Amino acid sequence: VQADGTDGNCVTFVLHDEDHTLGNSLRYMVMKNPDVEFCGYCITHPSESKINFRIQTRGALPAVEPFRKGLNDLMGVCQHVLNTFEVRLFLKSS
Amino acid sequence: AAAAMAAKGGTDEMRDRVVLGEFGVRNVHTTDFPGNYPGYEDAWDQRRFEEEFRVDIIREEDGALEFDMVGIDAAIANAFRRILLAEVPTMAVEKVFVYNNTSIVQDEILAHRLGLIPIRADPRLFEYRNQGDEEGTEIDTLQFQLKIKCSRNPQAAKESSDPNELYFNHKVYSKHMTWVPLGNQTDLFPDADFRPVHDDILIALLRPGQEIDVLMHCVKGIGKDHAKFSPVATASYRLLPDITLLQPIEDEAAEMLQKCFSPGVIEVQNIKGKKVARVANARLDTFSREVFRHDGLKNLVRLARVRNHYIFSVESTGILPPDVLVSEAIKILMGKCQRFLNELDSVPME
Repeated sequence: VQADGTDGNCVTFVLHDEDHTLGNSLRYMVMKNPDVEFCGYCITHPSESKINFRIQTRGALPAVEPFRKGLNDLMGVCQHVLNTFEVRLFLKSS
Repeated sequence: AAAAMAAKGGTDEMRDRVVLGEFGVRNVHTTDFPGNYPGYEDAWDQRRFEEEFRVDIIREEDGALEFDMVGIDAAIANAFRRILLAEVPTMAVEKVFVYNNTSIVQDEILAHRLGLIPIRADPRLFEYRNQGDEEGTEIDTLQFQLKIKCSRNPQAAKESSDPNELYFNHKVYSKHMTWVPLGNQTDLFPDADFRPVHDDILIALLRPGQEIDVLMHCVKGIGKDHAKFSPVATASYRLLPDITLLQPIEDEAAEMLQKCFSPGVIEVQNIKGKKVARVANARLDTFSREVFRHDGLKNLVRLARVRNHYIFSVESTGILPPDVLVSEAIKILMGKCQRFLNELDSVPME
């Protein structure tokens, strides 16, 4: 984890063993947060499986907060998708 | 007021349709982030997502599943597709111990072919092999044996040239692979029947005197490591097509329009003696864009795709049924998020 500047508002997280699968979906969830000024990710080199995930927040919010919220929101989305899918399967089979 | 409505229609189109023009595609990226559109509530709202999201299962047959996901974004739909292809684990042959191979197929080619054979074994019953562990234990390895020898048939007719008559066992199929239980696997899996998914995969061809005697170790792996571990024949999605006729189209133009699209998309109805074209079922269209080749028709139709309606098609290799694969893929994405949440909580950030 590298922090830019003196405040915790602009942080670049280095996530190991990850690629576009988590990077893009997490970026989408973090961008939906109105407190986030900038969010992006990049793959440093295609041979290494790690991503640089950068969040810049508006105001004095520490950047870890939108990161945590984005992960929780993504978990919530997956949980709901899973539940809906399984309910549908059950209804279809019965 | 009319202009405001038209403008709103314009932004609505930008937000939820991907438009296919004659030479390019417009509005490709998701733009509905908070702050981009005044007057729209774009911040993430789990409750609103749950109200608008739905899944429709269209067809499930023969190892292939077609279902719709409506109300989700491309980033997440693509994440599911990528996980289905590369991160749902399966069991496949990894190490081949060659005791005797006098066939015409080289050892490494034979090993490669054996690795690609899908094995009917539920990967959730097994663990990953520890790094550096060469032997393998009962909980992470499945052992198979392939021992076959080709011999001449003494009862064959003198002049026959059909190999099926002349030789025994000259074709090595996957049904000749037998499971050899390791350790206490007979107790752990009492009614399990571990074998290749398909019995009729041709592995090698032999002639009299040639034999193959190999022992294979199957381990659990993911498609990212080697494509043989991928559990799907393929997993793909497409967006729901949306065809709008900007003006009423009649008579010959209607007939020509019907020919421009896939069968069943455009229906020509007879209203008051005139033939009028109507979009019957846009879902069937494969968007060949034939309509742009006709100057008379190309400005009368708008070809677009609905941005948040995904038609998934998952075809399994037979190891696990496709609905189980989709559930596993979603759980794997949840597992990834959980892993980072745990790290955030355990390691103090400075």
